[in-house]
Amino acid sequence: MKMRFFALAIMWCSVSLFAQEYFPKNDGVKAEDLNYTALTNAKIYVTPTKVIDNATLLIHKGKVVEVGKSVNLPQNTVSIDLNGKFIYPSFIDVYSDFGIEQPKRASGGRRTAQYEPSREGFYWNDHIMPENKAIGVFKYDDKKAEELRKAGFGTVNTHIHDGIARGTGALIALNGKGSDADRILDDKSAQYFSLKRSVLKSQSYPSSLMGSLALLRQMYFDADWYAKGNIETKDRSLESLNANKNLVQIFEAGDKNHVLRAHKIGKTFNIPYVILTGGNEYENITDIKATNAKLIVPINFPKAYDVSNPFQAQFISLKDMRLWNQAPSNPKVLEENEITFSLTLHDLKSPGEFKDKLATAIEYGLSKATALKALTTVPAAILGKSEEIGTLQNGSQANFLITSGDIFDKGTVLFENWVQGQQHIINDKELKDIRGNYELSAGGNNYTLSISGEPGKPKAEIKEGEDKRSSSLSYDNSWVALTFHNKEGDKIYRMSGKVNPDSDDISGRLILPNGSETTFTAKKTSSFSEKPKNNKQDKTPVVQPVTYPNVGYGYASRPKQETILFKNATVWTSEEAGILEATDVLINNGKISKIGKNLSTRGATVIDATGKHLTAGIIDEHSHIALLSVNESGQNSTAEVKMEDVVDSEHIGIYRNLAGGVTSAQLLHGSANPIGGRSAIIKLKWGASADEMIYDNSPKFIKFALGENVKQSNWSSFSRFPQSRMGVEQMFINYFQRAKEYDLKKKSGQAYRVDEEMETLAEILNGERFISCHSYVQSEINMLIKVAEKFDFTINTFTHILEGYKLADKMKEHGVGASTFSDWWAYKYEVNDAIPYNAAIMQSQGVTVALNSDDAEMSRRLNQEAAKTVKYGGMTELEAWKMVTINPAKLLHLDDKVGSIKEGKDADIVLWSHNPLSVYSKAEKTLIEGAVYFDLEKDKQQREAIKAEKAKLINLMLEEKNKGKATQAPKKSEKEEFHCDSL
Amino acid sequence: MKNLKITILIVLILCTYQNFAQQTPAPEQKTGISIEGAVAHLGNGEVIENSLIMFENGKLTFVGSANARIARTGTVIDAKGKHVYPGFIATCTSLGLIEVDAVRATNDKAEIGDITPHVRSLIAYNAESRVVESMRPNGVLLGQVSPKGGTISGTSSVMQFDAWNWEDAAVKVDDGIHLNWPESFKQGRWWLGEDRAYKPNKDYPEETAKIENFLKSAKAYSKGKETKNNQAYGATQGLFQGTQKLYVYADGEKEILDAVTALKNIGVKHIVLVGGYDAHKITEFLKQHQVSVLVRAPHNLPKHEDDDYDLPYRLPKILSDAGLLVAIQNIDAMNFQNRNLPFYAGQIAQQGMSPEKALEMITSNPAKILGIDQTYGTLEVGKSATLFISEGDALDMRTNRLTKAFIDGRDISLETHQTQLWKRYMGKYEGK
Repeated sequence: MKMRFFALAIMWCSVSLFAQEYFPKNDGVKAEDLNYTALTNAKIYVTPTKVIDNATLLIHKGKVVEVGKSVNLPQNTVSIDLNGKFIYPSFIDVYSDFGIEQPKRASGGRRTAQYEPSREGFYWNDHIMPENKAIGVFKYDDKKAEELRKAGFGTVNTHIHDGIARGTGALIALNGKGSDADRILDDKSAQYFSLKRSVLKSQSYPSSLMGSLALLRQMYFDADWYAKGNIETKDRSLESLNANKNLVQIFEAGDKNHVLRAHKIGKTFNIPYVILTGGNEYENITDIKATNAKLIVPINFPKAYDVSNPFQAQFISLKDMRLWNQAPSNPKVLEENEITFSLTLHDLKSPGEFKDKLATAIEYGLSKATALKALTTVPAAILGKSEEIGTLQNGSQANFLITSGDIFDKGTVLFENWVQGQQHIINDKELKDIRGNYELSAGGNNYTLSISGEPGKPKAEIKEGEDKRSSSLSYDNSWVALTFHNKEGDKIYRMSGKVNPDSDDISGRLILPNGSETTFTAKKTSSFSEKPKNNKQDKTPVVQPVTYPNVGYGYASRPKQETILFKNATVWTSEEAGILEATDVLINNGKISKIGKNLSTRGATVIDATGKHLTAGIIDEHSHIALLSVNESGQNSTAEVKMEDVVDSEHIGIYRNLAGGVTSAQLLHGSANPIGGRSAIIKLKWGASADEMIYDNSPKFIKFALGENVKQSNWSSFSRFPQSRMGVEQMFINYFQRAKEYDLKKKSGQAYRVDEEMETLAEILNGERFISCHSYVQSEINMLIKVAEKFDFTINTFTHILEGYKLADKMKEHGVGASTFSDWWAYKYEVNDAIPYNAAIMQSQGVTVALNSDDAEMSRRLNQEAAKTVKYGGMTELEAWKMVTINPAKLLHLDDKVGSIKEGKDADIVLWSHNPLSVYSKAEKTLIEGAVYFDLEKDKQQREAIKAEKAKLINLMLEEKNKGKATQAPKKSEKEEFHCDSL
Repeated sequence: MKNLKITILIVLILCTYQNFAQQTPAPEQKTGISIEGAVAHLGNGEVIENSLIMFENGKLTFVGSANARIARTGTVIDAKGKHVYPGFIATCTSLGLIEVDAVRATNDKAEIGDITPHVRSLIAYNAESRVVESMRPNGVLLGQVSPKGGTISGTSSVMQFDAWNWEDAAVKVDDGIHLNWPESFKQGRWWLGEDRAYKPNKDYPEETAKIENFLKSAKAYSKGKETKNNQAYGATQGLFQGTQKLYVYADGEKEILDAVTALKNIGVKHIVLVGGYDAHKITEFLKQHQVSVLVRAPHNLPKHEDDDYDLPYRLPKILSDAGLLVAIQNIDAMNFQNRNLPFYAGQIAQQGMSPEKALEMITSNPAKILGIDQTYGTLEVGKSATLFISEGDALDMRTNRLTKAFIDGRDISLETHQTQLWKRYMGKYEGK
């Protein structure tokens, strides 16, 4: 046993060719090989743009000495004649997990939530692990290295893919003949981040995307504070983060919008992240380009869906079908937009897939030059290693590929992958190409033999006359072994012969079925020629145009402001003026420019609104549509998180809401915590980006919550404070007291630790941010009013507020508004006393009342919900209508811009078929800032277009399947529809 | 002592008020009632503008024009400018089986086990449910109460909504059995960390075979001479005799085709499709097999991202236009939402169906499907006087304002826990 270990150790040492000079040697005498190697007669890509024909590459001790047409070769040079073959710098992958066992989620059921960190002496959050070092766990993986070299890679930058801050990576040369002493080019090559929590750690926070983003921001604030020496305790995480801040900072983002999210953090803290993308940047290329970030781009283009079963095919959304169709054009679009990007193997099942995927990208328009850059000079530059890798300039690592021709051509063979001057043979470059047609004479008979396939893996077909004989061929080390059966298939002829480099013919020994030996000869009659591919090659792939957003019902171009005159409408002003009969409204420059009779039509598109009703767009005070996540439930206070960070501009809910006459919505954090996150207040500009949807200078809001959800009554959770309404009060007092102290310190001019949570709460105390508080029963509502009064501010809105009617007088006195459901109740204990008369009662006591949805379905018909207040409590129609227009506008501090039809306000307008409160009424047109975002007629066209495009893509996918390409099972991606209590 | 008595009294009143708030059920009709002058919507598509409706002993004795020269029976209610409708009928509800969704102790709507046709909603029905009571002020006076959960959930009954107990409430006992047909394309179990996406369900053939095998065995059971009782088999006999209907919950085209074909083959006499999202693709097939549809209420989101935004709004109309017998259920919504039944019909009328036709989907059509149309569902002489008067169009939320409602001629209360709270707090503010 010991002996074996010893023997292995010796072998290990002996393969290290550049043995360290100070290492003792006991298995022989010390010797050093100081010879040079020259590769001559090659077409050499010194860089992607500097190509030299008939050149020589001279290397020594693993590095390039010189490259050029006339290179002086030292006497002790071993020359290898490449006979016109090609040499390229080998590829580099910046985003690899090579040699690092990736952490896997611990199996086992869900445990109770763990709110505290599991470590000591590190950052308070377990998902922040900048102290992790890839090199510490790195173990060279010979098999993986071979696969990577086969795919053309010579250097990879690896790291531990786990957590939000992931520590440092290591740059490794895939030198199969050296040792780690040679391979490790950099043991601290970059610092890594992501949006994903650690799979190994169970600490609850962050449970959401916005939580991850907030945590990253706070981490940087804290690191800065730590660096300034303000924290007395030891924090090895922050120390590492600070120590590594001058390295390349690489961020795993994914989806195009995550790229923008990552970039936004980088911008805040002045960190130019290099960002790993998800491959769909083409969908929002303008914003991606504007980041100016260097990108690392995967090419794991999706497989076609198997749509042969129509029952299953109907589940696939147009969006997913398009992704299959459009994704291969992503690298091309990046190139066209002059974005600096490198390509990565990340996300591919194995490096073996790389070649085909890359070929697809090129087929879809990526230029070969850019492809080569994206695999050599760009990744080298990203890593700050341009002097060492990525080119074959003098002094570089001798990492290069020898190929039969252009590396990106389909038929090209990769012969060798040299890493650090060490030759790794992939395919025998000396191997003679024996493909072609032969006349075979064996055992007195004549046959025709045709050899095709790959040069290194040829296939044979043997015919006697027109009869095909079953046969097999192997070709190895210049020896051919060929067998075939007789006509009846019961006897076998075996042949073996050595290929002669000087002759095209093959001859050798033939063993007859009876065992007697004789000879065979195969005379070459013609050379092999690739079958011309049926003009498929020339056919440029069909790529569907991107729409805004790039999903079903997306528009070919973003809706533009128009000048529109609505003639002769019944106008519900939501103002003092009430309802105006037979009135014209002129929309111009995105504003309501005139309201009156017989307005001039100059330059305006006239819409006859006779018999129809025109209103301001509906405003939903409480919505969770268009969000990627809703609750950050990892802590009981999450004022630091921002819903603005997670607006999903492609959510179909936006379009469906427009179809229900909704033009603005407050996207609220959920109700998991007493102190929730900050709101996003958006206009439903379908087709715009998330940032464009968010109001300019948006009023600042935050979600608070009371009752069953925050005390986690309705699921098994017993460990988080508060568990009772009593605790909720104490928590608020604690946080506001701390925020007050924080603010005092800040205002005093002393140095202070920036704390986003405290900043946000201080804004509330200073009257700059408004609370919309999820609330049900009167006791807790009363409590929060008293807490606010103690801290000298006013609660802006109680949302839900189903028992508001019980203390409408107190609400009025405090000055808080109400945003409630029309008729919801009975879904949990705290809504036992919820009554549909609530809105009417509160309104009767002078409270500003809005009706909200908290639901992606109900928000499509808030007009009907408003109408219910006429039934329940006898509201007038005029007042009922205000509850979904001007009242929510007032609650959101937007009433100077929207919520009514008034000259000078934003032209956020809906044209209804009937009285908008009637159940029979339909929104026919919905405008935002004078642009038509929904139109019944356009909607009809969209439906047809979706049908046609799906049919087209289904046909293309069927073709793909018929061609024998791999497919994936149909699936229907599902976005969660959020409510307050969605976790 | 006196104080204590008062305290006890107050406590008692409060308890009664808080916990046993159901309105006292109305006594049987003793005197005749005539409603004169209203627009009568008969529930069968007909409208009588200036109507006279008379009923005695719980039965309608006259439905016609107020111009008729006929003696008015009993109390005459002047309903000029108002509207009269037959009581609306909800289907596939959990009313009376669950009170507060989040409170498990109030939940009796589902049993464990996969195939439990023998569990009966009837006996768990809480006649004093506040949620049930809240149906009435909107005109929803009857409903089918059905078990949920598992594959074969159990046996439903049809109840009226003003009763002392479940026996009083029962209109049709054990009317049908409810079957959740498996899905061939299924959502990942995201709560176990799987992708939320829907993927083909590999177990579908097994799952459907299980149902078919059960029903085949149940049918064979009735023919055997074995006396040993099998409750599950026993509970399904009505399906083969035609005395009970099988309510099959399925949405996909494939599922519907599979279910109807298999169940007809086995010998199930009456099939009602519940859900039927894709039913519009196979209306001819459904007609051919005489399958009626309890369609998903229109106030639901489209199931697929690329579907027409208004497909759920229109679907009942599409099916009805194709000649199918269609009524509305809202199994995807919470219990209390059943009171919005009239507005579901209104929503369908918004899509271009005539309001009277839309009305049929919550009156005569569900009555036919539930098999209570001999007595309920329309205003016709001889049928039950289960009807209400609304100040305006009852399908529109603005004008659905009930002034009177009758179940079997009984003059029922339109007060509820909710109206009482309303009055109590308005009283507080108005100093009453």
